[in-house]
Amino acid sequence: MTIKQLSIFVENKAGTVSSIAKSIADAGVSIRALSVADTQEFGILRLIVSDVDKAKDVLSENDCVVSVTKVIGVQIPDVPGGLSEVLALMSENGINIEYLYAFITISGQHAYVVLRVEDNEKAAEVLSKAGIKLVSQEDIDAL
Amino acid sequence: MENYYQKEIETASYEQIRQMQSERLVKTVNHVYENNEYYRNLMKKKGVTPDDIKSVDDLHKLPFLTKDDLREAYPYGLMSKPLSECVRIQSTSGTTGKRVVAFYTQHDIDLWEDCCARAIVAAGGTKEDVCQVCYGYGLFTGGPGLNGGSHKVGCLTLPMSSGNTDRQLQFMTDLEATIICCTPSYAAYLAESIYEQGLRDKIKLKAGIFGAEAWTEQMRKDIEAKLGIKAYDIYGLTEICGPGVAFECSAQSGMHVNEDHFIAEIINPETGEVLPEGEKGELVFTCITKEAFPVIRYRTKDICVLSREKCSCGRTHVKMAKPMGRSDDMLIVKGVNVFPSQIEEVLLKQGLTSNYQIIVDRENHSDTIEVRVEMTPELFSDKVNDLSKKEKEINAALKSMLGIYANVRIVEPKSIVRSEGKAVRVIDKRNLYN
Repeated sequence: MTIKQLSIFVENKAGTVSSIAKSIADAGVSIRALSVADTQEFGILRLIVSDVDKAKDVLSENDCVVSVTKVIGVQIPDVPGGLSEVLALMSENGINIEYLYAFITISGQHAYVVLRVEDNEKAAEVLSKAGIKLVSQEDIDAL
Repeated sequence: MENYYQKEIETASYEQIRQMQSERLVKTVNHVYENNEYYRNLMKKKGVTPDDIKSVDDLHKLPFLTKDDLREAYPYGLMSKPLSECVRIQSTSGTTGKRVVAFYTQHDIDLWEDCCARAIVAAGGTKEDVCQVCYGYGLFTGGPGLNGGSHKVGCLTLPMSSGNTDRQLQFMTDLEATIICCTPSYAAYLAESIYEQGLRDKIKLKAGIFGAEAWTEQMRKDIEAKLGIKAYDIYGLTEICGPGVAFECSAQSGMHVNEDHFIAEIINPETGEVLPEGEKGELVFTCITKEAFPVIRYRTKDICVLSREKCSCGRTHVKMAKPMGRSDDMLIVKGVNVFPSQIEEVLLKQGLTSNYQIIVDRENHSDTIEVRVEMTPELFSDKVNDLSKKEKEINAALKSMLGIYANVRIVEPKSIVRSEGKAVRVIDKRNLYN
């Protein structure tokens, strides 16, 4: 079970992320979670949004290079130790994490972690077996 | 008191020079026609035979050679002597696919070194001088050419080659170098280092011979003031022989072409028509004394002016101005010839688009080249590692193609300025021709 993430190429310069956020807002799409990875010259903006297809279309129209990446969403209890259990499982099973970021919602008592790994299926299996709840695309849409 | 390396030739009358050129041209055309199939075919195509060439006045009848011809004929196609007679090759800097290789007999090396010796003597060099050569040695003609010229003059020659500034400065001060030969940008860099390290009182330099790249009058003044020397320009290209095709004298107002070896013409780059003296156009050279690789009517693509005005130094050979630009899109970066098409080739091979831009600049007297290329969906990844790896691959591919480091910068789509729909390919911030 995976969720869809938007990955967008951005240059390291003022106003880039701002204009992307505005395009998405103008299309009536909400940003659920966001993370930026950057080097000296460029960055990659990663977004979980309420409507992936719509956001992708509007960004493509605005000449952004945007791709949809399948990532694992994990729901963890918003208590100390919640994240470390997930990470321990990954490392015990030799699953390399490319990157991760977390977000919380106002409604629930849960935190969510987005994981980007090489092998989504294996990660999903390991996590499910350990009784950890994975987030589906429907869950995200319903947030 | 002006000194000359070969006074009789360097101060010959115009009539004598023309006479010499006519005889040598006829001889060279016959030699090439007999021994070189490639040029013979070009002549046949144009309907010219050696009998049509009786003097310099007939030069315009001969077909041009271009860099494309040299590439097509690579490696042996433009030789006019058997390999067994040759003793050396030199090659143009940069480029794997577009290298030009020139061959020399011992006679060719001798005349080339004579040309460089004339330049050194014109810059005030004598056998009492210590001549520090910090042009690159190897395939590049700069080091070997000036090295040979320095030997002929009888200077103590320091074959330093390029780079390693600390060692350059150590030898310059310890061995009391009086003449330095290098690129103007390296001279400016050395001047700054000398100033910063407080070595100004320890150096004994009196003259510098600077070439292989374009430089401005402003740069000349800066270098002269910082080093307390006279800075002289020198011109050349591997296709003709290397440095020493033309050189500056004490007048510092243009470079005397060694007309006993090379005939200079200025043509209209569009039509090929020869232009009268004083008009601006493309510089064309014909070798009239070389044996192994005598190119005839070689189009340099340098835009230039020739002048026969009487020179205060007493030399009579025609003077060429500093090149004022190029009739093609070739860039000279760190003394290396770079064509945008080579960069494009690398980018396309790496799966990138042809939406790129080359930005050349000069920082701390050293040329820099940045290649901006637009991100594409195919190239994109959500992982930083993948993109960094790709950047490194492109950097390595460019280095291998150009021979110099070019920094690749991946930018957002449509972010490269387009003029009338087409991306502006080259931005040269150095203002070399102003």
